[in-house]
Amino acid sequence: MSFLQVMWFLLIGVLLTIYAILDGYDLGIGIWHLSTKKEKHRKTMLALLGPVWDGNEVWLLTGGGAIFAAFPEVYATVFSGFYLPLFIVIMALIARAVAIEFRNQHEHAVWRKVWDVAFASGSIVPSILFGVAVGNLMTGIPLDHAGTFIGSIFTLLNPYSLVIGLLSFAMFATHGAIYVAARTHDELKDKAIQWAKTSWFAYLNVFMVVTIYTMTSQPRLIDNYLRIPVLTGVPFLTFISLVAIYAFLKRRELTAAFITSAVTIAGIMAIFGVSMFPTIVQARDSGNSLTIYNASSSALTLQTMLILAILVVPVVIGYTLWSHRQFWRHSPDEGY
Amino acid sequence: MSAVLLARIQFALTIGFHFIFPPLTIGMSWLLFIMMNMYKRTGKAIYRTMTRFWLKLFAISFAIGVATGIVMEFQFGMNWSEYSRFVGDIFGAPLAAEALLAFFLESTFMGVMLFGWNRLSTRVMWFASLMVAVGSTLSAFWIIVANSWMQTPAGYHLNNGRAELTNFFHAVFNPSTLPRYLHTVDAAIMTGAFFMVGISAWFMLHKQHQEFTRRSMKLSLLVALLSTVLALPLGHLQAITVAKHQPEKLAAMEGLFESGPRAPLLVFGIPNPTAKKVHLAITLPGALSWIAFGDAEHYVKGLDAYPQSEWPPIFLTFFPFHIMVGLWSYLLALTLVGGTLYLLKRLESSAWFLNLALFSIPLPFIANELGWITAEVGRQPWIVYRLMKTRDAVSISVPAYQILFSIMVFTIVYTLLFALWIHLLRKKVRTGPEYGPDQKELEVKA
Repeated sequence: MSFLQVMWFLLIGVLLTIYAILDGYDLGIGIWHLSTKKEKHRKTMLALLGPVWDGNEVWLLTGGGAIFAAFPEVYATVFSGFYLPLFIVIMALIARAVAIEFRNQHEHAVWRKVWDVAFASGSIVPSILFGVAVGNLMTGIPLDHAGTFIGSIFTLLNPYSLVIGLLSFAMFATHGAIYVAARTHDELKDKAIQWAKTSWFAYLNVFMVVTIYTMTSQPRLIDNYLRIPVLTGVPFLTFISLVAIYAFLKRRELTAAFITSAVTIAGIMAIFGVSMFPTIVQARDSGNSLTIYNASSSALTLQTMLILAILVVPVVIGYTLWSHRQFWRHSPDEGY
Repeated sequence: MSAVLLARIQFALTIGFHFIFPPLTIGMSWLLFIMMNMYKRTGKAIYRTMTRFWLKLFAISFAIGVATGIVMEFQFGMNWSEYSRFVGDIFGAPLAAEALLAFFLESTFMGVMLFGWNRLSTRVMWFASLMVAVGSTLSAFWIIVANSWMQTPAGYHLNNGRAELTNFFHAVFNPSTLPRYLHTVDAAIMTGAFFMVGISAWFMLHKQHQEFTRRSMKLSLLVALLSTVLALPLGHLQAITVAKHQPEKLAAMEGLFESGPRAPLLVFGIPNPTAKKVHLAITLPGALSWIAFGDAEHYVKGLDAYPQSEWPPIFLTFFPFHIMVGLWSYLLALTLVGGTLYLLKRLESSAWFLNLALFSIPLPFIANELGWITAEVGRQPWIVYRLMKTRDAVSISVPAYQILFSIMVFTIVYTLLFALWIHLLRKKVRTGPEYGPDQKELEVKA
């Protein structure tokens, strides 16, 4: 049983990491969308995600479904506890989806302006709120003994969580800018490299702030590293990878920079996983925390779904890679 | 208003709006596959033109379906946390399976279908259109598995204060899954087909794009006819499932207040739950017993066999069901008339019929909504039939004012989305199909 619970902790981590890497560049492109005034650039940037954003977003749905199936107590507690922030995320994702699909249906300037704003805010808002949500799971929220959230919306807006929100924002902004730089040419490419460098500085700084902040104020989150010192390699390697992004950017090796950025995202997710394990939702009163042991589904459900996931996820990754290659090969400048 | 009532209103609003789109796109995905298949087989450019035109309407609808679908997956946890705790061991699995097995297929190959023209081979495009159709039909399967388990739970036992899985296969293929799945998919195909019939009729009325329109009309009218005829046995199959497994729901659907043999079928009537009788009733004695159990003498339990506190809301079960059946009869007549006119080669000159077909586009959508209302309201007061009451399922930590706020925002946003959807559909239809450089002669004629 505990093997299955650990497996599901890992698997959900993998699903959400893939989501952060793939939809991360969609969100990042949205963050920068209003930073260029040129219609041609905006069109190109939208064309970059046209064929793939929907598939990328499905990783979030899969992650959500997997949490529901494997850790229903977590799903119930977090989704009801974070009601308003999640509602805002939903609205943002709706705005983004509709903006991507509908912006180019009319030439009209006002029409386009409205959708440009919808696309940008629909990307910026989730980029921050995802981090804030994770920050709250880490720093702890007020839960009663039945796992019901007993705080308010203001409980969720604590300094630690807001800093994690900044981290996720900088992370997605850098990732998206690198993606644009890697796939476009000329003026837009130069511009995107500049964006990437700017946000990278913020990314690095916030990363260091978070590290120090966590070590000084969240002793519980460093327990696992003290117990198994070799795990400190995870944040250390992530830091190296984060620094390497800049080295590649400087040498304009953009595919390498993008891969390094993806590795950094995976590293940050891994840091989160190592810090939390086996807790998923930290409660202010630690006895009420939701862990992989007290919040999971039955062994039969975990086992059945694990078999399904092992059979299906590789196939999904296979055709997702195939589709991304089809579109990566062609510059969006050729027109869709 | 109480948080429970508000959460129910919000769920009804968001699922009701979302459910406009998936049936349309499931139905259209198969029509698109048929067109793509003809293009692959014959190589005729007209089929490519058809695929690409209908694909545009499909894509607009698909986008709104995706955008409003995220809400549904989050909402179980957001508004129904106690439900989620109680059923998570069983209910989460089909949602995860839906994403894994269906959404990825749909969305990835949808991207290929939309952006792959001119860069991928016809065979790859054909395969992509098949995967979109298979993906969207599979997504219907998993969501109906989840909902059917709420109607007729199976493969579980009660343990640790929740429903826990004992047999995955029994939970997935619970008694109502297959009848409800077949009925719903058939309704989806009807929705897609009548949508295409109606828009083809518009082109015929305007005598535009004749080659394109004739072929589109022929295909969609045939599919509409077949799927509408098929709805009779499939609807019947579902009705006998309800009769067997959810007798209170059947009694509410049929306005049957008194148990007894030779249960009558109402041809017309207005049920009165307070007086526990049906006004202005015109009945066929024994017909309900015969339809539901294959024997006119069969004893059918009426509402009087159950405490009134466990009755579903009678009006909201009875009328949606009967109006749905009425709409089906009308649509059947429409396709039969259309088919006859087609065989007589008088379809294009029958403006009255074309107008009728055009204005009938919303009817399958309405029938879909009514069918779902029957299914969901008919299960009340249970959220999971005879296991958990709806009023016990709502989130404890979400205050009513927050739900009221989200309802207001949903209402505004969904109204805008609906207006946008109609606007863009009209724009695409007015622009009409586009022809490639190899179809100059058609472009001139259009």
